[in-house]
Amino acid sequence: MNARLATFALLTAAGLSLMAMVPYLANAYWLALGISLLQYTVLATAWGLFSGPTRYVSLATTAFFGVGAYTVAVLGEALPWPVVLAVAAMLGAALAVLVGLSTLRLSGVYFVIFTFGLAELIRQLVVWFEVNKSHVLGRYVFVPVTQALIYWQLLALAAAVFALGWLIARSRLGFALRIIGEDETVATHCGINTTIAKVTLFVISATVMTLVGAVMAPRWTYIEPSIAFNAMISFQVLIMALLGGAHRLWGPVLGAVPLTLLFELLSANFPNTFTIILGCIFLVIVYLLPRGVVGLIERRRETSVPVQRRLPA
Amino acid sequence: MTNAILTGLMLGGMYALIAMGLTLQYGVARIMNLSYGEVLIAAAFGAQGLFTGWALSPFAGLAFVIPVAFLLNLAIYRVLLSPLVRRARTRDALEVDSILATFGLAFILQGIMLSMFGGAYYSYSYLASPVHLFGETIAANRLAALAVCILLGGSLYLALTQTRGGTAIRAVAVDPAAAQLVAIDVARTAAFTFALGGALVASAGVLISTFLTFSATSGVVFTMKALIVVVMGGVGNMLGCLVAGLLLGVSEALVASLIDPGLTLAVNFALFLVVLLVKPAGLFGRASR
Repeated sequence: MNARLATFALLTAAGLSLMAMVPYLANAYWLALGISLLQYTVLATAWGLFSGPTRYVSLATTAFFGVGAYTVAVLGEALPWPVVLAVAAMLGAALAVLVGLSTLRLSGVYFVIFTFGLAELIRQLVVWFEVNKSHVLGRYVFVPVTQALIYWQLLALAAAVFALGWLIARSRLGFALRIIGEDETVATHCGINTTIAKVTLFVISATVMTLVGAVMAPRWTYIEPSIAFNAMISFQVLIMALLGGAHRLWGPVLGAVPLTLLFELLSANFPNTFTIILGCIFLVIVYLLPRGVVGLIERRRETSVPVQRRLPA
Repeated sequence: MTNAILTGLMLGGMYALIAMGLTLQYGVARIMNLSYGEVLIAAAFGAQGLFTGWALSPFAGLAFVIPVAFLLNLAIYRVLLSPLVRRARTRDALEVDSILATFGLAFILQGIMLSMFGGAYYSYSYLASPVHLFGETIAANRLAALAVCILLGGSLYLALTQTRGGTAIRAVAVDPAAAQLVAIDVARTAAFTFALGGALVASAGVLISTFLTFSATSGVVFTMKALIVVVMGGVGNMLGCLVAGLLLGVSEALVASLIDPGLTLAVNFALFLVVLLVKPAGLFGRASR
């Protein structure tokens, strides 16, 4: 097992350093594509981190992403870059604690409804504040962050989110969450504080999303609330994670990569049919791939193994 | 102030009607329908087409829109949703599945409307003459819409509480398993109720089109408000819908006129949060979950 782990670590390190070379080798177009791929990979994996084990359908991705991006828009020039990132992360975490504590005690539907409107709510509040109090709507982001730097930061975030997911799965928290996902009543009776477990995970996932938003912000140079809080991000991340299969740490990547490429193609060539195709992918997931691509692979693996061990229920 | 309250009451009555359809779909058919607002907007476009194309009054247009919406929603339930109902092992599983499926449906409907009508805002002028009431001036179309809204909501309430079929629907809402024991065809009732909810939201769409501007993408707002009203009132509770809808409408109108029109959603959420924190089952709900 240790040898396997060592090989795995070596392979990961090799893969990461290979991917870190991309900014030196690729031209601007491929670098931009790489940034999109990494962005959605991190967002979808972070989404799966929380929603995979708990099975809560979260539509709050945009809210956290936007908080991160807008924090950079406001503070980007006033503070050094690492401090800006830290402030963004803290704001995202604080928001996640508030949302989590008020909705995660309840059944999943309330959470869906609440997160459904959360991004729009925050956008309205930001617009209201900017118009009435600070009197600026729309801000320029002039920070010394190049495309290559964005790419490396996202790569680091991707590595961090996978490491986090791997660690969580092996911790008490991960074990507790698997039980909650199977049956929340049982989990409560085992003495698990389900609310704290769910909120903790939600905060971790939300902080990563906020950081992605903050890291991506310099790409726009001009940010206004409707750019930062673009609701589409929530939906795209949701179907990427579900298409890949959110119940495995590696699942969301399998959805994020092909769908990012597909969306890139669609928005360039067929902007009008974009929403229709997004809707069709939703239906495909629900009717054909309820456990995602990962589920498909798992099923194939199961049938190829002749002797199936079934534990008594 | 009086004007704000009157506007709020009218808006609230409309919200209540919209939410009644959703509470039927969610409370009885157990489908959390996120494509709800899109159906409303589709009906609004239908009424607009009938009015501009054939000069048909929206209230006469209801006679077309309601049956069409009923049949379409029945088809949606039979084709798209009943496989999910059969597949789902628990209620939670059905909830997640129906959320995702109707989400997809919402995007498809929205995409179709976008490609047909573009992103522009639509409206038409019908009964736009002023009426004086309680010393305030109100557009006649709003009053007429409110009257039809009360008529529809009231007759639905009576049908649900006074007739045999209505009682069967309420029985399924309370306990689908036990309803079968008293010879109620749950699957049929669920399909019928889903279609009824769809017809109701379509009629609300027609009414709203007479006095509000709408675009292909404005359905989400209505879905959101309907969801909030349903949860606030207590799932499956008609009276709760009415009270919560009026509460939402009035507080929205008050905040819009006294503080800032840009904060209406914040008001919705504040109310929603208070209900979630204080009484998660809703104002009139039973504390079962």
